[in-house]
Amino acid sequence: MRPRSSWGQALVLVGPALILLLAVYLYPLARLLALSLTGGADGAVGLAAYRRFLESTVYLGVLLRTFRISLVVTAVCLVAAYPVSYVLSRVGAVTLRTIMVFVLLPLWTSILVRSYAWMVLLQANGVLNNLLRRLHLIDEPLRLMYNETGVIIGMAQVLLPFAILPVYASLRNIDPRLHTAARIMGAGPWRRFWAVTLPLSLPGVAAAGLLVFVQALGFFIIPALLGGSRVITLAMVIETQVVDLLDWSLASAVAMVLLVVTVVLVVGFDRLLGLDKVWV
Amino acid sequence: MSRSLVTLVGVSKAYGRTVAVNNVSLDVGEGEFVTLLGPSGSGKTTTLMLIAGFERPTIGEILVRGESVVARPPEKRDIGMVFQSYALFPHMTVFENVAFPLRTRRLAGPEVARRVDEALDAVRMPGLDGRYPRQLSGGQQQRVALARALVYRPSLLLMDEPLGALDKKLREEMQSELKTLQRELGITTLYVTHDQQEALALSDRIAIMNGGDLVQVGSPLALYEHPATEFVAGFLGDVNLVDGVAAEVASGLVRVQISDGPEVLTLGGLPQAAGKRVRLTIRPERLEIETTGLAGPNAWRGRVREVAFHGELVRYGVEVQSSIVLRVTRPFRGQDTLFAVGQEIWLTSRPDDWRLFA
Repeated sequence: MRPRSSWGQALVLVGPALILLLAVYLYPLARLLALSLTGGADGAVGLAAYRRFLESTVYLGVLLRTFRISLVVTAVCLVAAYPVSYVLSRVGAVTLRTIMVFVLLPLWTSILVRSYAWMVLLQANGVLNNLLRRLHLIDEPLRLMYNETGVIIGMAQVLLPFAILPVYASLRNIDPRLHTAARIMGAGPWRRFWAVTLPLSLPGVAAAGLLVFVQALGFFIIPALLGGSRVITLAMVIETQVVDLLDWSLASAVAMVLLVVTVVLVVGFDRLLGLDKVWV
Repeated sequence: MSRSLVTLVGVSKAYGRTVAVNNVSLDVGEGEFVTLLGPSGSGKTTTLMLIAGFERPTIGEILVRGESVVARPPEKRDIGMVFQSYALFPHMTVFENVAFPLRTRRLAGPEVARRVDEALDAVRMPGLDGRYPRQLSGGQQQRVALARALVYRPSLLLMDEPLGALDKKLREEMQSELKTLQRELGITTLYVTHDQQEALALSDRIAIMNGGDLVQVGSPLALYEHPATEFVAGFLGDVNLVDGVAAEVASGLVRVQISDGPEVLTLGGLPQAAGKRVRLTIRPERLEIETTGLAGPNAWRGRVREVAFHGELVRYGVEVQSSIVLRVTRPFRGQDTLFAVGQEIWLTSRPDDWRLFA
């Protein structure tokens, strides 16, 4: 194929998606950036909105909490995902498909439905507390929601598939002959895992961590429903500013901060490990 | 032959109804270089995997120094293995790769370093310890894989088509190095290949497999000169095949009438062959081309049909009968003139160069 025609073809193929992205993503984003720069008195152009955000201990606390929750959620997801991915990488095609359906099922269920389901399970008179009480394991109901615990449980469940899939992909890509070689050289199951499987799956683990962490930073519905008014995250601050306080420029500034953090993380990952690792 | 290290006794391996290895018995002596040779699907790799312990025989025994190892997992068999794909750990340097089996055995740091250096020297790969496998050429990776398989001094070395991924020139170079190294270290080696030239050049003994059966075992020379079956004759080296009827047997010689063609006198081989349909083979380099001759049982008139000049030798196709074209290989020593296509010639052979199969 001649390079010129292949360029033309590429443009035709990518065109529709490109136009869509420009229209519904890049344009609003540019507007958002413009809005965030009009936070001064009487809408004067400047960094006033950013200053208000960064000089407020309340907002910095929210930023810190959002990061902390996202980090814990990422850790929980990775620890929970690894064994599942490991099993997925070692089973036959039929079992694989069956487990995969259960992994992906939550993704096809409305996040709202799932949040309410968690409320039913976790509230003071909920399924879990009643069960524990009936088993006489506890006297007082555990406080499982309207705090960070509830938010973390709910978010980890929603984001788990995003951790399982990249880790599974990296485990599946490990050449089985490496295990054969390690075995004949005298390595038992643990040595094979620590010296071969785990290090070779780390790019997948890193990719999974990035996917989960970046998504967790912007989560709104679950913190709002399971965290209530006690666990305020950045996304909730943005919502409050827009809906209740009508402070669009502050909301835009917070959104831009979130965006910059995300971009820095993604670019950093690409520099260190290569973004293609996320999808292999 | 010296004391045997590995002994297979009636070993079979079946997957459902498919029999991959069928009743194989084989003895590999201490220090010996034995090659399993056969076409793909002949069961040679499965046999290797049975010895390594990655597969369990359906029936039969595998003994190492007289002791059954069938129930022993691969990691406890003290075997070194080299794979066609090298199977080097991509996340480890050359040093770490070669050190892996030593660290698994919990050797002390200085001892590990000393043994790794020694092994890399032995395969002529010094000074590249810090490289990663992807930074090495195919031949270098192969050397590292060999060093890694030898560094813990296993009692048996298994090699599964180790040179299969290399180009021809490098493969021949590695063959002679491999042979030298094996002899120096005296390590018992079981080698799997489908390349008959490689098998001939490397082995003390060759075991030929076909369809799961062990067809014949012997030295390269014995197998080449006295193939037990037509398959062995055809698989190890090149042969011409002709069909005929054995006519008479006298003083160890069999006279065979080629189907609507000339006669051949061969040196016995099949008792009570008279009157039976037989198949004859002769190697291309055992046929002589002459410009004059006398008609007789082993001197046939023919016409050159094809000439192919290969440098050190010339390959001819000679038609001796409308349906029979024999391949002839003659060495080329510089002064000889080549026979021309269409030239009338005489094709002669000696009775003891023909092999007779039922």
